[in-house]
Amino acid sequence: MSEPLVVIGNGMAAARFVEELGRVALGRYSVLVVGAEPRLAYNRVLLSSVLAGELAVVDTELKPPAWWEAQGVTLVYGQRASAIDRASRSVWLEDGTQLPYARLVLATGSDPIRLPKPGMELPGVLTFRDHDDVGAMLAAAGPATRAVVIGGGLLGIEAACGLAATGTRVTLLHLMDRLMERQLDAEAAGLLRAALEARGITVLLSADTAVVEGEGCVEAVRLTDGRDLPCDMVVAAIGIRPNATLARAAGLATSRGIVVDDHLTTSDPVIHAIGECAEHRGTCYGLVEPAYQQAGVLARHLAGKPDAYEGTVPATNLKVSGVPVFSAGDFLGAVGTQSIVWRDPGLATYRKLVLRDGALAGAILCGQTADAPWYLDLIRSGRPLGPLRDGLIFGQALAEAA
Amino acid sequence: MTVQALLPNPVATACPYCGVGCGVIASVDAAGQVTVAGDPAHPANRGRLCVKGSTLGETVDLEGRLLHPMMRTRSGSLERVSWDTALEAVADGFQRAIQAAGPDATALYLSGQLLTEDYYVANKLMKGFVGTANVDTNSRLCMASSVAGHRRAFGSDTVPGSYEDLDEADLLVLVGSNAAWCHPILWQRMVANQKARGARIVVVDPRRTASAADADLVLQIRPGTDGVLFAGLLVHVADHGAMDGAYVATHTEGLDAALIRAREIAPSIAATATATGLAAADVARLFAWFAATPRAVTLYSQGVNQSAQGTDKVSAILNVHLATGRIGRPGMGPFSLTGQPNAMGGREVGGLANMLAAHMGFTADDIDRVRRFWAAPRMAEREGLKAVQMFEAVAAGTIRALWVMGTNPAASMPRADHVRGALAGLDLLVVSENVVSNDTVNAGAHILLPAAAWGEKDGTVTNSERRITRQRSFLPLPGEARPDWWILAAVGRRLGFGEAFAWRDPAAIFREHAALSGFENRGTRDFDISGLSALSDADYAALQPVQWPVRTRSDHRDKRFFASGGFFTADGRARFIAIAPPALAAPADAARPLLLNTGRLRDQWHTMTRTGKAPTLGRHSPEPCLAIHPADAAAAGLADGDMARLDSAHGTARLRVAFDAGQARGEVFAPIHWTGETTAAARIGALVQAASDPFSGQPEMKATRVAVARVPVAADGFLLCRGAAPVIDGLLWTKVAVDGGAGLLFAAPDALDGPALIRRAAGPRAVVAEVSDPARGLYRAAAFCGDRLEAILFAGPGARPAWHGVQGLFGRPLLDAASRRALLSGRSAEGLPDPGPTVCACFSVGLTAVTAAIGAGATDVDAVGRATKAGTNCGSCRSEIRRLLARTGAPVPA
Repeated sequence: MSEPLVVIGNGMAAARFVEELGRVALGRYSVLVVGAEPRLAYNRVLLSSVLAGELAVVDTELKPPAWWEAQGVTLVYGQRASAIDRASRSVWLEDGTQLPYARLVLATGSDPIRLPKPGMELPGVLTFRDHDDVGAMLAAAGPATRAVVIGGGLLGIEAACGLAATGTRVTLLHLMDRLMERQLDAEAAGLLRAALEARGITVLLSADTAVVEGEGCVEAVRLTDGRDLPCDMVVAAIGIRPNATLARAAGLATSRGIVVDDHLTTSDPVIHAIGECAEHRGTCYGLVEPAYQQAGVLARHLAGKPDAYEGTVPATNLKVSGVPVFSAGDFLGAVGTQSIVWRDPGLATYRKLVLRDGALAGAILCGQTADAPWYLDLIRSGRPLGPLRDGLIFGQALAEAA
Repeated sequence: MTVQALLPNPVATACPYCGVGCGVIASVDAAGQVTVAGDPAHPANRGRLCVKGSTLGETVDLEGRLLHPMMRTRSGSLERVSWDTALEAVADGFQRAIQAAGPDATALYLSGQLLTEDYYVANKLMKGFVGTANVDTNSRLCMASSVAGHRRAFGSDTVPGSYEDLDEADLLVLVGSNAAWCHPILWQRMVANQKARGARIVVVDPRRTASAADADLVLQIRPGTDGVLFAGLLVHVADHGAMDGAYVATHTEGLDAALIRAREIAPSIAATATATGLAAADVARLFAWFAATPRAVTLYSQGVNQSAQGTDKVSAILNVHLATGRIGRPGMGPFSLTGQPNAMGGREVGGLANMLAAHMGFTADDIDRVRRFWAAPRMAEREGLKAVQMFEAVAAGTIRALWVMGTNPAASMPRADHVRGALAGLDLLVVSENVVSNDTVNAGAHILLPAAAWGEKDGTVTNSERRITRQRSFLPLPGEARPDWWILAAVGRRLGFGEAFAWRDPAAIFREHAALSGFENRGTRDFDISGLSALSDADYAALQPVQWPVRTRSDHRDKRFFASGGFFTADGRARFIAIAPPALAAPADAARPLLLNTGRLRDQWHTMTRTGKAPTLGRHSPEPCLAIHPADAAAAGLADGDMARLDSAHGTARLRVAFDAGQARGEVFAPIHWTGETTAAARIGALVQAASDPFSGQPEMKATRVAVARVPVAADGFLLCRGAAPVIDGLLWTKVAVDGGAGLLFAAPDALDGPALIRRAAGPRAVVAEVSDPARGLYRAAAFCGDRLEAILFAGPGARPAWHGVQGLFGRPLLDAASRRALLSGRSAEGLPDPGPTVCACFSVGLTAVTAAIGAGATDVDAVGRATKAGTNCGSCRSEIRRLLARTGAPVPA
């Protein structure tokens, strides 16, 4: 008789967890997945491609229905879990169903942060998180439409580019003085800005939204400096907040997210959390790669195999066609580091490597990112560069030809 | 119709470089592009050319050419003037100097690059009409000691043999001659003889040169002791029955005194070995080979001539050949290899201060004879000032007006800085030149006269075997350039000597020159080409290479001299000479522990006016280097590739150190080629002493005491740009011709502002791609206008090794994105390694490929050739390949 294992959440972390678990502990658990979204798990990273019209919705599905069946997984989607009863080790769904568990895995992901400004509730003010958001954007998009995207981070830029690809006239607002300030230095951000503007996107930096205006539906965004931006659509992509509501209600230890240890176990030894909802060593990741690593570690842990998650050096790839941007590690160059810079404005190429103690500590690549995996491996392994040092900036082929 | 179309095409002419005098076929295509090939019909080279000759086509562009007369204004700038104004100013300036201080206050300093006809007019003007023998030439620095040696022994300046002797000899002894580099085509003939007939080659030289690589015996002799070696050889042949008693008795005088002196200097093989620093066994081997080999030729060049005892060194060699009677017969004889294309023509004309004309001297009879022939109003009555004395007189102010033609004394004379300063003090400095700027022009020339260059000139030259070859024009005179003979004659007419300087063309001048050679000669003078004095213009135009003497139109006698005596002394007998005890001019100097030797490199010529334009020639040795033995370098704290400061009592230079185990301890070598035009600080002439031979006046340019010290360098690097390279103060730079532009190799003593430098080279509008790695002191940049590559800068680690490869990319102005991305890595887009310094210039085969071929099992030069094509065309690099083989592919400094 296999133990009941319930997964709350049907996103990328959940899907990868189920897959990994099936590989290492097939049959040991009877798995049930609860998903709020009324569809199979899909690749959220591809939403901007759907928005840009490059992919159809079905193309984003991570696994076909048959796969889930083959895994012997029970899927309950379109249903929210409303509560966790740790005493009885069961999960309550909105419709009153009670699901017992021996093990519970929280993969509830995150929610878009809503801008605390007047008018955000107006129709036409959207976020960029799921297929419903994309559907709503596409419904309004087009050459006749003026859109304001708030937030110059990864998500906002992808939303802006996606909309621009539909012909929509897009203005991108960012509070900071450069785009993607968490991943790029000023020069790389400048190149990115130029690339966005080349796609017809108007980029406004140090732009602080005061209020979203409109009678019955959004009509304009006013900035604190008084500028008024008439528009038909507002997309707020200023960030995400880990979805820890259920866990908090159930009395699990939470901070920004659900606090887990190196085995992705929460303060309750039979409850685990992975993905964007989890907070590991004080870090909540908003990227898919750590979520996948966590899913793998947890699956092996639950299979009784020794493994531990020790965190991920974050690496960002901005995949907006024509503007490849990569960033990883200490890209600013803290005290005691060495920086190597290569720029070719003619090729819209910028490359900065940060070295510490003879090893690669961080990198920014703009324009040419083919060597990103090689640099990322050097950063994560932390291995001494040795003779690679001299040709490092020119990429793997030339550095190793040295 | 283009002017080219008016000229015959292709044209058979003569190479303008060394004294071998190779025939070349020059063609000009519709686009005006010049290509050259060896002339299969020419006896000197039989169709072969060395790498310098092969690349003549790269040297005939008009960049930097002086295209019209110029005069210096009061403000000090040079400004264009008409020929009338310029010629009037020259005549007027000479006139005033003569009136103020007499004819000897004027002088001409000529060049072995001038044609015989130019030389003849210059000599006639000064020695017959102005009335001074102050007519000297850069040949003074080249083979004056051979001239003096010949005249002392033979009574005439006669090279007795022919090039065939090099094919037919069984023993070839080279003394002070790196023929493999300096006379490559003759060297190929000697090596061919060695291969085909088993002739032995012996190289006597203080350096282990490229020639040594092919030698059967190498005698790395102590500088200045060649005379000891040949004194020892004279003793040896005398004591071992190798003398030709009959020849000595019948045709010579003075053996006894010469032999007595020789015994004092080198009584035995052991004594010879001790004095020359050679192994007794090696000395014994040379002596034994020589004694046992009748067909022996002794070839000598600057190592013998450029010496304060050069004349005695020549005499020591001639003594041995006279004593053995090995002279003027097939495969035998002493052979002076001249350095310049027309040094011999100059000697025939008399374009030396101690010669009058047509191999006549300053005896009363000769002076009278020439006076009558020329109908000369004002003959020079005594010898004039030889080069070193001439420039001393300029410094002293006794010479007030000097006319320099086709040479660059401010760079090439000993104590060149001193000479440059002296030139600035002249009342009148006239320079006939091809280029608008060189060290002599910039020394303060008052008048620049645009002279015709090779390819434009029309006349004759004479090579080392007395063979007269037509140098024909195949390019139009550019701008207002004129032949030197035309310029000289025009000045002669302005000085009032109308009818004596009325020639319409070089043919008329040649006829007069030929007639003078035969005038009242009757066999009393070796130089007689009167057989050519009646050539029609058409005959002259079609004149085939001919060896003198040519006493009648159909003079087909054996062209060798002295096989059966017939010397041009009063009694017809040759003279043995008792030479002075050999010693260097400069005494040992504790403060300057090293001895500086100077000379040529394989792929450059003189001051690089021509060769410096050829990218192909720039690849072999891109910058001047100081060759030094690693142990001497270590003692001075120098690593290979460091910058070194070289100081003599006369000047200083800063150049790069190149380890060379072929240098003897205590001796260093630096090339003569670089000037203020091509380098910031490696004017080697500035260091060289002026101590001269008492007979020939030739300075000892190969043995100056120097000290060496390390120059700290912040960054090494190079700059490549289109058009002319900028000159950057504070950098130790060397200009290099490269495909598609100009290169600047540099060492920066202080920190370099890379971004400013690339901007300066490419202009403010260029887009600059750059790599900066401050921790390693590395900065690299490439400037583009659109897709067009405009400039490249490499500074810091890895720059110098990248030079050859990056230069290749620079040749292609349009780079694909991949190449552009790889450019600053210093590697090709394919990630290929640097080809290394060029070994074979003909096929651009780099050191990397050659060492790879050797590594892959090539065991001889031909195998390397099969693998890489290196050495299979001109052969100039075969010796280097052999050296690399000997080293089994050990890397050499880039």
